[in-house]
Amino acid sequence: MSDKKPLSSVNDFVVRFANVNGSGSASANEMFARAILRHGVPVSPRNIFPSNIQGLPTWYEVRVTEDGHLGARGGVDMMVAMNPQTWDKDVAGIEPGGYLFYDSTKPMPSTKFRDDITVIGVPLTAITNSTYTDPRQRQLFKNIIYLGALSALLDMDPKLIEQLIGEQYKGKEKLLSSNVHALHLGRDWALQNLKCPLGLRIKKSDKVGDRIFIEGNSAAALGAVYGGATVCAWYPITPSSSVAEAFTAHCKKFRHDPETGKAKYAIVQGEDELASIGIVIGASWNGARAFTATSGPGISLMTEFIGLSYFAEIPAVIMNIQRAGPSTGMPTRTQQCDIIACAYASHGDTKHVLLFPEDPAEAFEFAAAAFDLAERLQTTIFLMLDLDIGMNHRLCRPLKWDDAKQYDRGKVMTAEMLDEGRDFGRYLDVDGDGIPYRTYPGTHPTKGSYFTRGTSRDRYARYSEEGSVYADNMQRLMRKFETAQDMVPRPLQANAERQTKYGVIYFGSTSPAMDEAIGLLETRGHQLDRLRIRAFPFHSSVASFLAEHDFVYVVEQNRDSQLRQLIVNENGIDPVRLVPIVHYDGTPITARFIAKAIGNHQDHLKVTPLRKAVS
Amino acid sequence: MTYIAKPKFHHPGLKKNELGYTHRDYEGKISTLCAGCGHDSITASIIEACYELSIEPHRVAKISGIGCSSKTPDYFLGNSHGFNSVHGRMPSVLTGANLANRDLIYLGVSGDGDSASIGFGQFAHSIRRGVNMTYIVENNGVYGLTKGQFSATADRGSKSKKGVTNTDNAIDLVAIALQLGATFVARSFSGDKTQLVPLIAAAIRHKGASFIDVISPCIAFNNHAGSTKSFDYVREHNDAVNRLDVLVGRDPIAVDYAPGTVQMVEQHDGSKIALRKIDADYDPHDRLGAQTFLARHAAKGQIVTGLLYVDPDAEDLHEHLNTVEAPLNTLEADTLCPGSAALDKFNASLR
Repeated sequence: MSDKKPLSSVNDFVVRFANVNGSGSASANEMFARAILRHGVPVSPRNIFPSNIQGLPTWYEVRVTEDGHLGARGGVDMMVAMNPQTWDKDVAGIEPGGYLFYDSTKPMPSTKFRDDITVIGVPLTAITNSTYTDPRQRQLFKNIIYLGALSALLDMDPKLIEQLIGEQYKGKEKLLSSNVHALHLGRDWALQNLKCPLGLRIKKSDKVGDRIFIEGNSAAALGAVYGGATVCAWYPITPSSSVAEAFTAHCKKFRHDPETGKAKYAIVQGEDELASIGIVIGASWNGARAFTATSGPGISLMTEFIGLSYFAEIPAVIMNIQRAGPSTGMPTRTQQCDIIACAYASHGDTKHVLLFPEDPAEAFEFAAAAFDLAERLQTTIFLMLDLDIGMNHRLCRPLKWDDAKQYDRGKVMTAEMLDEGRDFGRYLDVDGDGIPYRTYPGTHPTKGSYFTRGTSRDRYARYSEEGSVYADNMQRLMRKFETAQDMVPRPLQANAERQTKYGVIYFGSTSPAMDEAIGLLETRGHQLDRLRIRAFPFHSSVASFLAEHDFVYVVEQNRDSQLRQLIVNENGIDPVRLVPIVHYDGTPITARFIAKAIGNHQDHLKVTPLRKAVS
Repeated sequence: MTYIAKPKFHHPGLKKNELGYTHRDYEGKISTLCAGCGHDSITASIIEACYELSIEPHRVAKISGIGCSSKTPDYFLGNSHGFNSVHGRMPSVLTGANLANRDLIYLGVSGDGDSASIGFGQFAHSIRRGVNMTYIVENNGVYGLTKGQFSATADRGSKSKKGVTNTDNAIDLVAIALQLGATFVARSFSGDKTQLVPLIAAAIRHKGASFIDVISPCIAFNNHAGSTKSFDYVREHNDAVNRLDVLVGRDPIAVDYAPGTVQMVEQHDGSKIALRKIDADYDPHDRLGAQTFLARHAAKGQIVTGLLYVDPDAEDLHEHLNTVEAPLNTLEADTLCPGSAALDKFNASLR
């Protein structure tokens, strides 16, 4: 039947589910991923979904990876084709030798299939309709039925899936038993009618360890809870809305006074992004830890306030869950495309602190740290996530918190300090680090009040348009930004086994694909030192890394190589030595892509330069 | 001219309020607005109201947007923190500040450009959220700082100083505030201190979103014949529904006005407003009635002033959000951070 030998692989393959948006498939698919994790086998799932609520195509991809490669792989080994709309494209996308799983209730013409794949038909609709009468039940249980059939085909332990169902429907016995029933309907049909298992299969392993499975947005929101955020103002925008929603859920759990039931937080859904950042600025000015979560279009709208935060020196934390821009762009596709927009947000000369977490665990840590940094530096701190980390479940190390940690509230002059006769100048650099003291409103009856403004002023916050006074302040702000260099998370360097003249710089969600690509490149004989940048302003080790290598690849997920631009601009580096490796079609970057792009460039470099050949 | 230092000494016999502060303790820097500006009269009324209420000056946060009106917080309550924020964004900054510390008094100062145009949305949403604040619009119908363009509150048919006739319809912020659910709505005139001072005092004591629209003629760009926001025009067309006194357990604020029927309104904090009604039929507890009354008078070209609506039992945003009594900005890690044990449990739920 097949021209090509069916693929055969244990714990290393990609399954993609093609569904219709709004059909309830998401929870069944997620259960599939979780069930594999329960086998001790790492998975990396990704939602590929439209900016729509019902009716459009949506995909869920599960990379099963015993080796723990959590980046997207590319290619599909098994397609669970549940959406007739995308059938042709879905079938065409299967790797030669791969598998097609479909609902065979209605006969399909042979032209709709391929000769080089294994076709597995399960009459899902027929099984469902003969068991259930309610249309909604039919739709939901159909998903569980295919999950059951897949468990047989992939040799999964049904007990582990039952356990998951048990946890999900704890206390809802009726739902629990009907889900287990549906699971076995599919499983039994497959066992009786199909050759099980396939060449692709799951074998129990121990590669998951104590790792957790969490979405970056939820982890970042929990970081805000641990970091002491009390005010959250936000405006719904994909892919950031789930940050505020998760913050709400975490606060409901952790932030109510056990006696009075009152909330130790305030969450406001603003009328727009302008109001959201305005509320954050107002709350931070008044001494509360406040944040907003948004995405590219929201950043554009917030830009005026971000300039105020920089110039009037008011703390703010902005979580930017990046999506493909410009304009509305591709709201449900991932990119790292707001680096420049955030680093230099606002008119006039500004620079802002950016943090680049690589996964949910770092999103949690950096989110909590962002509030310390914001209050210490009295400026906006951007937590730069993206859709790939934010809206997908990612396997990562457990979240950690040190109970001895106190919040760093920064330089705040209290009534006692004012009474001691300390000289208070709101913009006075007393410590030489560029960071002045501030007072909270309401501190003292006669001392320490000042007028906050976006206009130029002197060290004592008095309005001034004197050129020297303005320049003095702008230089201090530069000094403060230099101070920030040593406060933000440092880059992490990993050197190749052999000494090499080549390096690679990457950041954020590119991380797992990069780690995997290094292995692929090594097999091709390419040695690369790696530097993962975790924050802007760049630590001095970035300049050292550049100095130590002839060529440095900068891998990023945007068209214009924005991080590279920032590095060139901030370090005064010859741009020729920084080679852009860019991926920007809205899908997550893959190891295959990186290895190919860097490998090709390396191969070219090996050609003896003309000058050398003739001399 | 702010570079001229204002002398701090004052007459030793200057009257003191309950807290021992003199009038001077509520003043700010010297105004840089044009001599005779209506905004300076509003500043004087704010100072007077705060003095009369014996408010600790540093317990007020003054927040404004951008424009002539938004500069005025520098000219009163010099010991308060002020925030001259972003054009049209005072309401959001004030909302955030209020969430951070519910114990301070929030005074939002804005203008008609700031609130009826660029900030119309924020004006609306801060009011519908019920932020506990006193929101004052110093309304002159004109963009003063940029030299005389019409604002959105300029009446249709009114003439600019350059002779241009406004063809756009006017926004009446009072009518909008009533519609949006403000729980204290008033209008006054900068030149009528006897009406304005008690209105500001009552608004400050009101818990909830208080809104006062103060017609404030711009002597430089909007005080000519043909303007409907000039001193002469407003004096001729002002139709006051009531005058009030605010009683906070001491001598009432002196009100120099013809007595009519008096109605007592007790506010949430125990303070009382004595309403001297001029229009005997007017009921300040009837939102719908106020809206109709306003529309009827507007059709006749009359500017209704006074306390138009008050809900003495109003709730504010903190009550809606059920926040703790302690200001959020005073909470530290011991109460905010769930700690490592909770995190371990959380981790366990994600495996």
